[in-house]
Amino acid sequence: MRLQVERNPAPVWFGVLIPLISILLTFLLTSGFVLAYGANPLQAVYYFLIDPLSSPVRLIEVLVKTTPLLLTGVAVAFAFSGGYWNIGAEGQLYMGATAATAIGLQMQGTTAWLALPLVIVSGILAGMAWATVPALMKVWLKIDEVVTTLLLNYVAIFLVSAILNGPWRDPISQWPQSPEIAASAIFPRLIPRSRLHLGFILAILVVIGVWYVLSRTSFGLKMKAVGFNMEAARFSGIHVERTLLTVALISGGIAGLAGASEVAGIHFHLIDAISPGYGYTGIIIATLGALNPIGVVLAAVFIGLIDTGAQTVSRALGVPIYLGDVLQATLLLVTLGMLLLQGYRINVRPRAAAPAE
Amino acid sequence: MTVDLPHAVAMRGISKRFGTVVASDRVDFTLRSGEIHALLGENGAGKTTLMRILYGLYQADEGQIYMNGLPVTIHSPKDAIRHGIGMVSQHFALVAPHTVTENVILGMSPGLRLDLRQAHEAVRAAAAEFGIQVDPEATVRDLSVGQRQRVEILKALYRNARVLVLDEPTAVLLPQEVEQLFSSLRSFKEKGFSVVFISHKLHEVMAITDHVTVLRAGRVAGEVPTRDTNPNELARMMVGRSTIGTTRKPAKEPQSLPALVLEGITALGNKGLPALKEISLSVQAGEILGLAGVSGNGQTELAEVLAGIRQVTQGRVLVCDQDVTNATPQRMMAAGVGRIPEDTRANVVGQMTVAQNMVLETLDQFSQKGTLDRQAIRRYAETLIQDYQIKASPDDRVRTLSGGNLQKVVLARVLTQKPRVLVVAQPTRGLDVAATEYVRSKLLEQRGEGAAILLISEDLDEILQLSDRIAVLYEGKIMGVRTAHGASPHELGLLMAGVQKG
Repeated sequence: MRLQVERNPAPVWFGVLIPLISILLTFLLTSGFVLAYGANPLQAVYYFLIDPLSSPVRLIEVLVKTTPLLLTGVAVAFAFSGGYWNIGAEGQLYMGATAATAIGLQMQGTTAWLALPLVIVSGILAGMAWATVPALMKVWLKIDEVVTTLLLNYVAIFLVSAILNGPWRDPISQWPQSPEIAASAIFPRLIPRSRLHLGFILAILVVIGVWYVLSRTSFGLKMKAVGFNMEAARFSGIHVERTLLTVALISGGIAGLAGASEVAGIHFHLIDAISPGYGYTGIIIATLGALNPIGVVLAAVFIGLIDTGAQTVSRALGVPIYLGDVLQATLLLVTLGMLLLQGYRINVRPRAAAPAE
Repeated sequence: MTVDLPHAVAMRGISKRFGTVVASDRVDFTLRSGEIHALLGENGAGKTTLMRILYGLYQADEGQIYMNGLPVTIHSPKDAIRHGIGMVSQHFALVAPHTVTENVILGMSPGLRLDLRQAHEAVRAAAAEFGIQVDPEATVRDLSVGQRQRVEILKALYRNARVLVLDEPTAVLLPQEVEQLFSSLRSFKEKGFSVVFISHKLHEVMAITDHVTVLRAGRVAGEVPTRDTNPNELARMMVGRSTIGTTRKPAKEPQSLPALVLEGITALGNKGLPALKEISLSVQAGEILGLAGVSGNGQTELAEVLAGIRQVTQGRVLVCDQDVTNATPQRMMAAGVGRIPEDTRANVVGQMTVAQNMVLETLDQFSQKGTLDRQAIRRYAETLIQDYQIKASPDDRVRTLSGGNLQKVVLARVLTQKPRVLVVAQPTRGLDVAATEYVRSKLLEQRGEGAAILLISEDLDEILQLSDRIAVLYEGKIMGVRTAHGASPHELGLLMAGVQKG
């Protein structure tokens, strides 16, 4: 017997089954852990996937979780479409959050009409600035952006730590967190008594904007040509370096906006853990969404859902929060695996059939 | 068919198809014991395919391989190694952070324990025996390309290879390294080893080999003892004889204005060595200048210079009196240069659609304030598809197209811009007869409309059929320019082989 793997995309109806099979597999793989904590695996699935969708309040909380993921997801998808492998959305987000806090702190006594645009723009510009260094190194010195953008994440995170333990340490509580930003700089709530804020609208607008650029503009076509085949793009007269630089800066700007949105919409001050890895999750979302803005929306909501679910599970069943993380990671891995494998078919052939004599 | 005993390898009636492409067509190849045998041919003539069949990397569709007179079956490189065949390909299979010894013994060490000192000694002894100068304890990463090649050869010999296949071994070497390789090959020969030397460099074939088998388009074009032939004959066998009786309208009155002028162009190749040396040419409006030559003599680099993607270090390029030396592709196109690239597949964006590729060079004409006019793009693509008889729809991804249809997409994209100068490289390579005829007729049509055409081709038939004048490129230099009437294939063959008449 011989196993042969060949490229052969599964039929469309199979795509509908992927989430269901993924959930089933995740359930099988993780029920042992859940049982070990003395909880009921079926209940775990309920709290993980169904409970977050069961009431408007919880549903809105899913959208709150989704907001930063939409932004980092679309930032990464945009960069990857243009052949720029931006792994640095996390660091760009931190810098956006820092700049937004700096501006937000200065806005005491101003109107929201002044404060909000300044906070938003400062976040975008800081993300762009943080993305500039690796982008220039890429186009001038041909230094691989995967490494540089990744390493700058740690620089950004430690920089924020340093600021919070130094000049911005909260004078009253002595916690490593900045003072609260001005009231006028805080994003308005979209729905009373919920945490859903202006950032969600901004994220949707950015997604629509990116979709438009990618599918309707000549710049979008040029950047995709660079992403698919850099040499052919150069041959066709596209200015490859300029395109890469533009793509990198726009991607960084979007990630920076995610940081500003988390500060002004959720936390109101800068903290160490402003992002639990939204920038890296953005890479997963962009990949899951096949670099397509509409796919990014679906993937971001999916991750937002299992993010919310992971917290619900641990609270409702009294199991450690880490068990929620295990469920979430397993579901993600299984889903990614399913998406990858659906492009292949495994044939079983009898070994005897030798080639022609 | 009888096979004489002393033949180290005899391949008989070997055929290999890839889809509809016939890479080998009933090829006979005989390697005698203790000889160096050249396998000569253009790119795509089937040299590497044939040797990959011998080494078990491909399976032949038809034919039989004999070794020392006995039929053998070779299904994998493992089989080939067992039969004493070693192959050194153009891309080395070495582990860079490991030492020479570790690379040589990789996959051969018996048992679990590895005595490195003993292995070093064994490799050192083998290197001395075969006269290969390389330090067994050196790390491969630190070795030059020539030294790495020696490690590959040593690897094959260490596995008891008696037949050594070298795929274009000199392509990566410096001149002095070539000399060292040749002296190694001569000593192998004296020890009774047989060597297959794949090449398209005529002077090397003349210098080192005993027999030459020439392949052309998957078939054997001839087999001769090296001492009975000369570069001119080999060049003609490689590129084929000219066909007689091609019909072509004579050139219009030569217009006084040279549309494309090259003045002393010098440019470096990818390895940093000069690939073009002080090339001066001019092409008149309404004229086709054919640039003939064996591949690898600077054709690719010249096409890239004129496409705006390779810098020159000296000289000037003028298009209709406008200086476009080292201009970007945009400026080249704006000056009226249309470019049909040598490797079409590499110079279109395969994942994008036919329509998108058609407008990629001229996006400004199809967008307002940065937004694409998608209707206009679609209409334009549909028109071109009809005008150029392309078998595809505007939304098909370009990579799914056949070679002929792909070339038509590129032709359509370029010719619609009414270029004043056309730079065309290998326009019919790999195309079927109908597509070839179509492309050639389009080029003649452009000539009739007054375009100045530089036709770079390795196909001498094509050059003779289409050109008004013919220039020959050899090792980055122009060997001479002839009018098409005055040029004989014999004389062109001499020039292509680097032989200048006194």
